[in-house]
Amino acid sequence: MAEHRRGDLRDITHEMLSKGRELAEKNGASLTALLLGHDIKGFASKLTDQANEVWVVDDLRLKNFNAEAYQRILSSLITEYKPLLTLIGHTAFGVDLAPRLAIELGIPLTTDCLDIDFEGGVLSVIRQMYGGKVNAEALLKEAESYIVTIRPAAFEAKEGEPLGGEIVDVASSLKEDVKNKKFIEYVEPSVGDVDVTAAEIIIAIGRGIKDKDNITLVQELADALGGVLACSRPIVDKEWLPKDRQVGTSGKTVKPKLYIAMGISGAFQHVAGMKSSDLVFVVNKDAKAPFFSVADYGVINDMFKIVPALKNKIYEIKTIT
Amino acid sequence: MNIIVCVKHVPETAEADIKIDSEEKSIELSGLVFDINEWDNYALEEAVLLKEKHGGTVTAITVGSEDSESTLRKCLARGSDKAIRLTDKRFEESDSYAIAKILHSVIKNLPFDLILTGVQADDVGYAMVGPILAGLLGIPHATMVKKIELSDGASKVNRELEGGLEEVVELKLPALFSIQTGINEPRYVSIMGIRKAMQKEIKVLSLGDLELNKNDVGVAGSWIKIEKIYVPPAEKQTEYIEGSPEEVATKIIEIIKSRGLI
Ligand SMILES: Cc1cc2nc3c(=O)[nH]c(=O)nc-3n(C[C@H](O)[C@H](O)[C@H](O)COP(=O)(O)OP(=O)(O)OC[C@H]3O[C@@H](n4cnc5c(N)ncnc54)[C@H](O)[C@@H]3O)c2cc1C
Ligand SMILES: Nc1ncnc2c1ncn2[C@@H]1O[C@H](COP(=O)(O)O)[C@@H](O)[C@H]1O
Repeated sequence: MAEHRRGDLRDITHEMLSKGRELAEKNGASLTALLLGHDIKGFASKLTDQANEVWVVDDLRLKNFNAEAYQRILSSLITEYKPLLTLIGHTAFGVDLAPRLAIELGIPLTTDCLDIDFEGGVLSVIRQMYGGKVNAEALLKEAESYIVTIRPAAFEAKEGEPLGGEIVDVASSLKEDVKNKKFIEYVEPSVGDVDVTAAEIIIAIGRGIKDKDNITLVQELADALGGVLACSRPIVDKEWLPKDRQVGTSGKTVKPKLYIAMGISGAFQHVAGMKSSDLVFVVNKDAKAPFFSVADYGVINDMFKIVPALKNKIYEIKTIT
Repeated sequence: MNIIVCVKHVPETAEADIKIDSEEKSIELSGLVFDINEWDNYALEEAVLLKEKHGGTVTAITVGSEDSESTLRKCLARGSDKAIRLTDKRFEESDSYAIAKILHSVIKNLPFDLILTGVQADDVGYAMVGPILAGLLGIPHATMVKKIELSDGASKVNRELEGGLEEVVELKLPALFSIQTGINEPRYVSIMGIRKAMQKEIKVLSLGDLELNKNDVGVAGSWIKIEKIYVPPAEKQTEYIEGSPEEVATKIIEIIKSRGLI
């Protein structure tokens, strides 16, 4: 299930096609990219190298994503062609679509998967639990067809030999307009005073900051380092910092030279927004915090002990030089 | 406006030293502090805010053990009018699909205009109970909701997409919304609220009270069966810096300096 929004194919599309290709080759199956939308021929030609076939359902009513409309088309296609596996992104789009599609068709579904494999006709997946503190290997109930949603960035979009897939026009099965759910408009994210995406040095805080008043301490450290203060989602939810400081899937994607995370557990929705940072330090008092697994340097300690010590050290250097 | 809120009683694990049990299928739950799932806390608050604005009742419902009573008490103290606990040994090991079926078997017989769930449960993180339940009930749904406006028989909600973008969607009522954190500011429980909540009755139902049989629930009624859990492998070779805060700070500054960042 290809995903696109406002004129762009989303990365998850290529990631799923890459994994889909590997699974198809292993199981002697063929890989189809399914594109729903309006005026999407341009996307179709971009996907022909990555799939055996590219199916295009063009309908004005599919112009913007609508789970109800998408579900109707997908359920009729899945019923007719019985694919072994349908991959959908674990995104705002897939979370709205996949569970209800699965229940309508009575097809087993599992969500937010990091890996998938077939073992003797049985589908096994790897997914995370407890905010990323454990991985779970799980089996799906045996069936002829499965639906799986895929965590963004779980698979690399590898470029293989071009498959030269054929573009197939598929008639839209939408008979009448969707009645229950109507897309109205997009609302742009607010623009604030600081652009974290342009920062070279970022100090990010999470729920470990405990109290709004403690933020000043870390702000001073960021100032001393010539960096910018950013945060995880709960800090924005509490309105302790504005939304444009939030790093992660529902916030900003940053790529600084230095990222210091303090009191953040490292849920994938956060990490996805800072994975490409050059140098990552993680300060967390819990040795099992998932964030450590993507850190260059880890400090298992109380951030309220490390922040003042760091600040003193920088002031020291600055007065010497 | 009758609103039903689905809440889950979950262990707080963000700061806990969690251990995998000997069968490697679950973590050791004893010793962990349990509370209402973070997303459900926002869903409950939203339900109470909507009730305060439009009138009506709020019913909190959970599938869980006897212990989940404390989460329902909290809901009652925070403004829920009624509470239902669905408890049965045979519900254990239900995945989110089976849980949705259990919830459905009760909710379908209740009067409601709106159902709220959290986007996801903090422990299993499937993000599927809400839309599956809506599918079983045959009512419209929207996930990841950050704003709700209700008018006669219809609703307008903001769904959160990636990168801070939102979409506005119109849905007919009755509907089900899965609530995203940050939609409101959950209130603290007042002493009055706690006292009043202690007197309210919690309805308890088990499998025998529902139009389901044992194959609809537990492992038999689930799509997903956990085979094994383990600590995720590290993606990077992390170097740990040890010592006193001063020593740690000195080392960090050295590294940053060597990279030309100071
Ligand atoms: C659809 C969706 C989108 C999301 N988008 C985002 C997003 O864009 N960005 C984002 O960040 N999250 C996002 N989330 C939320 C994400 O799943 C996590 O809930 C969130 O990142 C957790 O924030 P946290 O690490 O600050 O808090 P917690 O998980 O509560 O972790 C707090 C950490 O602080 C540590 N700590 C506590 N005290 C101290 C101390 N004194 N010193 C050192 N360490 C301490 C603890 O050990 C713990 O590891 C999203 C979730 C969903 C469902
Ligand atoms: N055991 C349960 N009892 C009641 N509601 C639940 C239960 N499990 C999940 N839910 C609801 O479904 C939402 C999504 O859960 P999940 O699909 O398991 O990630 C939660 O935020 C709750 O609102």
